Amino acid sequence: MNGFTYLRPDSLQEAAEAYAAHPGARYLAGGTNLVDLMKLGVERPAVLIDVGRLPLGAVEELPDGALRAGATVRNSDLAADPRVRDRYPALSQALLAGASGQLRNAATTGGNLLQRTRCPYFQDLTKPCNKRDPGTGCGALEGVHRDHAVLGQSEHCIATHPSDMAVALAALDAEVELYGLDGARSVPVADFHRLPGEHPERDTEIRPGEIVTGVLLPAATAGVPSAYRKARDRASYAFALASVAVVLRLADGAIQQVGLAFGGLAHKPWRARRAEEALRGAAPTPAALERAVDLELAAARPLRDNAYKVPLARNLALDVLGRLTPAPAVA
Amino acid sequence: MPRTGTALGAPAERLEGRQKVTGAARYAAEHPLSGRAHAWPVPAAVARGRVTAVDTSAARAEPGVLAVLTPEDAPRLAAPEDATLAVLQDPRVPHRGWCVALVVADTLETARAAARLVRVSYDAEPADLTLTMDHPDGYEPEEANAGQPGRVEHGDPEGAFAAARTGVDVVYRVPPLHNHPMEPHATTARWDDDRLTVYTSTQGGTTARSVLAQVFELPEDRVTVVSEHVGGGFGSKGTPRPDLVLAAMAALRTARPVTLAYPRRYLPTVVGHRAPTLHRLRLAAGPDGRLTALLHEVTTHTSRVKEFVEQAAVPARVMYATPNLLTVHRAVALDVPSPSWMRAPGESPGMYALESAMDELAEALGMDPVQLRIRNEPEHEPGTGRPFSSRHLVQCLREGARRFGWDERDPRPRARREGPWLLGTGVAAATYPASAGPAAAEARALPDGTFIVRTNATDIGTGARTVLAQVAADALGTALERVRIEIGHSDLPPAPLAGGSMGTASWGWAVHDACAALAARLAAHTGPLPAEGIDARADTTGRADAEVPYARHAFGAHFAEVAVDTVTGEVRVRRLLGVFAAGHILNARTARSQFTGAMIMGLGMALTEHSTLDPAFGDFPEADLASYHVPANADVPAVEAHWIDEDDTHLNPMGSKGIGEIGIVGTAAAIGNAVHHATGVRCRELPLTPDRILPGLPATG
Amino acid sequence: MTSDNATAPGTEITLRVNGKPHTLYVDNRRVLLDLLREDLDLTGAKKGCDHGQCGACTVLVDGRRLNSCLLLAVSLDGAEVTTVEGLAGDGEETHPLQRAFLDRDAFQCGYCTPGQLCSAVGMLAEAAAGHPSHVTDPAAPSGRPVPLDRPEIRERMSGNLCRCGAYPGIVEAVEDVIR
Repeated sequence: MNGFTYLRPDSLQEAAEAYAAHPGARYLAGGTNLVDLMKLGVERPAVLIDVGRLPLGAVEELPDGALRAGATVRNSDLAADPRVRDRYPALSQALLAGASGQLRNAATTGGNLLQRTRCPYFQDLTKPCNKRDPGTGCGALEGVHRDHAVLGQSEHCIATHPSDMAVALAALDAEVELYGLDGARSVPVADFHRLPGEHPERDTEIRPGEIVTGVLLPAATAGVPSAYRKARDRASYAFALASVAVVLRLADGAIQQVGLAFGGLAHKPWRARRAEEALRGAAPTPAALERAVDLELAAARPLRDNAYKVPLARNLALDVLGRLTPAPAVA
Repeated sequence: MPRTGTALGAPAERLEGRQKVTGAARYAAEHPLSGRAHAWPVPAAVARGRVTAVDTSAARAEPGVLAVLTPEDAPRLAAPEDATLAVLQDPRVPHRGWCVALVVADTLETARAAARLVRVSYDAEPADLTLTMDHPDGYEPEEANAGQPGRVEHGDPEGAFAAARTGVDVVYRVPPLHNHPMEPHATTARWDDDRLTVYTSTQGGTTARSVLAQVFELPEDRVTVVSEHVGGGFGSKGTPRPDLVLAAMAALRTARPVTLAYPRRYLPTVVGHRAPTLHRLRLAAGPDGRLTALLHEVTTHTSRVKEFVEQAAVPARVMYATPNLLTVHRAVALDVPSPSWMRAPGESPGMYALESAMDELAEALGMDPVQLRIRNEPEHEPGTGRPFSSRHLVQCLREGARRFGWDERDPRPRARREGPWLLGTGVAAATYPASAGPAAAEARALPDGTFIVRTNATDIGTGARTVLAQVAADALGTALERVRIEIGHSDLPPAPLAGGSMGTASWGWAVHDACAALAARLAAHTGPLPAEGIDARADTTGRADAEVPYARHAFGAHFAEVAVDTVTGEVRVRRLLGVFAAGHILNARTARSQFTGAMIMGLGMALTEHSTLDPAFGDFPEADLASYHVPANADVPAVEAHWIDEDDTHLNPMGSKGIGEIGIVGTAAAIGNAVHHATGVRCRELPLTPDRILPGLPATG
Repeated sequence: MTSDNATAPGTEITLRVNGKPHTLYVDNRRVLLDLLREDLDLTGAKKGCDHGQCGACTVLVDGRRLNSCLLLAVSLDGAEVTTVEGLAGDGEETHPLQRAFLDRDAFQCGYCTPGQLCSAVGMLAEAAAGHPSHVTDPAAPSGRPVPLDRPEIRERMSGNLCRCGAYPGIVEAVEDVIR
């Protein structure tokens, strides 16, 4: 870890101004990923701007029935919040499926969204990685990539996004709220993270200096049945091999509203728009669910060692879809 | 009055327990010597080649950096017997991760930051990294690890197998595995003129001292090695690792005490791994289940640095009666990190393969797998023809079957379903050698009625202090509370390592003899004791290591129940039950913890743990504890260990067999066999993770 | 812009550790774990991985269990820290959980033990405060204390790896103090 100047601004504006004065600085909140990467030498900021004590730590209800989770709300507190548990169960479940109790006590909403891939080539400075050092190549392509992407990867990067929380947020139509000196804006979580393309060094659509101030959980998905499920190599404290979040409402025997997102399969939480389109308005028969999921996963391009992720994701999706529809779709 | 003569076998509480739960126990990196500096290694970034230049200027320019040791300028060592310790002695890079420079700075943060500024240039060469059964460089070593013959053969195994009506011919694969004790390898070293003191995390301080004396060309009495508390080892601290010599070199160079706590993610390439093993098993049996042929051929890798051959075909020489036996090892030297010991080397992967194949044979014969094993109980050790000093495998199998409820099992695979879960049970046998090495100990009686017993044993978590105090108390005819034990310091009488399940047998023998001699002296003594007390000493050289005409092994039986999720292919263990026959159990409390702890490591081997030798880079991508999955608490269900007390007079004065390793042997096979019983699918490569299990399962629905 | 100069500025901070105030000038790079071990000679908190992957460094910060290896000390100015050395209350030799660990032989090598103990103390408070876990029934009522059966204890203690495999004893020890 290189030496750095530590700043603790008292307001969002001061924080953004500090960044403007120190381009390339990093915002620090829980630090569970940033400090980890600084120790590895992957992140080498000259200035750290601590936003952990800014007044962004509340979960609040908005007049329209939406819920806003502040950027520095700890993952454990967000998962335990009765409003989140009752209205957005997939989010609570996704948070609790991630990391460990200790890490969830430190990790924040904003930091969780901005966490970087756990690709071992990204973390090892002695190996090529286009995400870490653009132009050096992708070590995982020829190396070990059992855990890597099957959807939307490029020849430049096959890393996955490690977040569980973001998968649930994507399915829930949540929005990321951003603050910058040019003003505030919001971006749907499903569009916030990027596919690698030719620029895997850019994980998200955040602009330099912008600060995540919170996540907006919309009224439209409040109280809609939802669930999250994850498969992993050990029973707890492991990243997803694959995961799925489903938000689903039936009306008159047909699927009226649906959000479906996969984790562990792509460089971003993978919102399954094709599957959703096929499901919307359909009766939730096993055949209809299978057809929709297969339609989505037809885009998968597995690598040498990770073809298993496609049937795994399929099973997970059908299982959760089945649970959220009254007649068991999966026998 | 406390009772005497009853300490052995009792569930005595760990003597250092209070220190450990209050945080007072100090480990190797926790000795705050005045002026102590910290070291950080620089690992080689190529798999094979030579260091052509090390530019240390940027690192040395950092305020607080005291030195950067390189292959060019590091202190020269006398050539160590173990070539993995010849660090920074020449520009050769034998594998990725090999230490090519060491930064020493006044703080950890500076050392770590400066290590990144060291610029190493290499002349890289093509590397040969991938083990295959038909690798052209494969050879048959004369000896495998632990001095075992590379090949043991009798009868006509090929002919008998070819002639058999019922047989299995299968290949099993065990990946590289890592010990990952919770305390990383660490050494704090200090020189006072020409005296060297180290606090090091080792399983054997006596060896650490002789290695340091040899490489730094010092008389042994100028080297002090302290290892009072050791945060686990599981074989990876069995002999000194590079941290020991690197810390001493750094302290020599800087004239300051130096701590080198090897960073976790650099450990996998530097401190050894369980080598990958490829097993071809051919078993044939008559209709009665008696084995007519047993062929176990193991292919494994070793490094260019030294030959280490995982002795995985050895347990097939111990387990089952057969007139036609072949056990053979083949090794391939590759440009890979050096393999080394990991808990039950040889037995653990070997018995995984053998006991899985036995399950397949039972299925082919339509026979109960417990019965198949009982049917093949040998009269003498098959590999040597020697009689067993004691062997209660059959009793373990029967007792385990009874406790587990094996008789209620429906033998048909895929017969039990619970919602999305398929349930199954499996069994496997276990074996591990029981031996001892020479050790010395001394015992002193003090006028206040207490005793001090001293030997350079190491407690890596086994409860060595406690059990040695129990041995002493009984030999002295005193109460446990009156015995003080001193271990973990090289000024104490020399004793061998905590490893090979030999520690307690070796140390206990010397402690027993010293205490028995002291008791005799006390019996002959009249009047009050002198102020300094009276003492007695014992050295078991020539006795503990004497050849015996017996095959000495512990045995055990494992039973496992698993649930396989048909949605994800995730396997979860529901129950593990082991029954062991390992001589007299000396401390019921710590023994239970050792058995169950090793079974849990076996669970990890079966289900969660693996390293991959990176075919492109030559190291292990699963370099940290987020990616190398040791079992977490949630993975571990009900685990039970039981034992059958054995009265074996051919072992040692305590009548004990080592128990640190047998718990892991057979666990993976029992779990794998249970997975097959649950699913009907035989997966022959560990670990049984969803990517391996799911494709074999029929589609959901 | 990233820094290629490793040189480190520092900052003065004040912490209360096990009830005692400490004012220190810390290298900005120093994490709480190294501050405890190097500056205060409180070596109870252990360094197993240094990256939040093992839990051996777990301490309580303002009552919550955290991985001290990932907390920059400079960001903790004013915090109240409890380590294993401070678990026992005034006049007690050991905390009931420490006693339970001894009774249940809930450790072997002892290296993960301080982290397990601090984690368990934090975990009990979380469950009492109604925090659910991955294995809590999603239909369980929000905001009420969560009863801790064995699967709950196992899941909640999974952030503390134990290579000796002392998990069964750890679970029993936690059960002992709940009763």
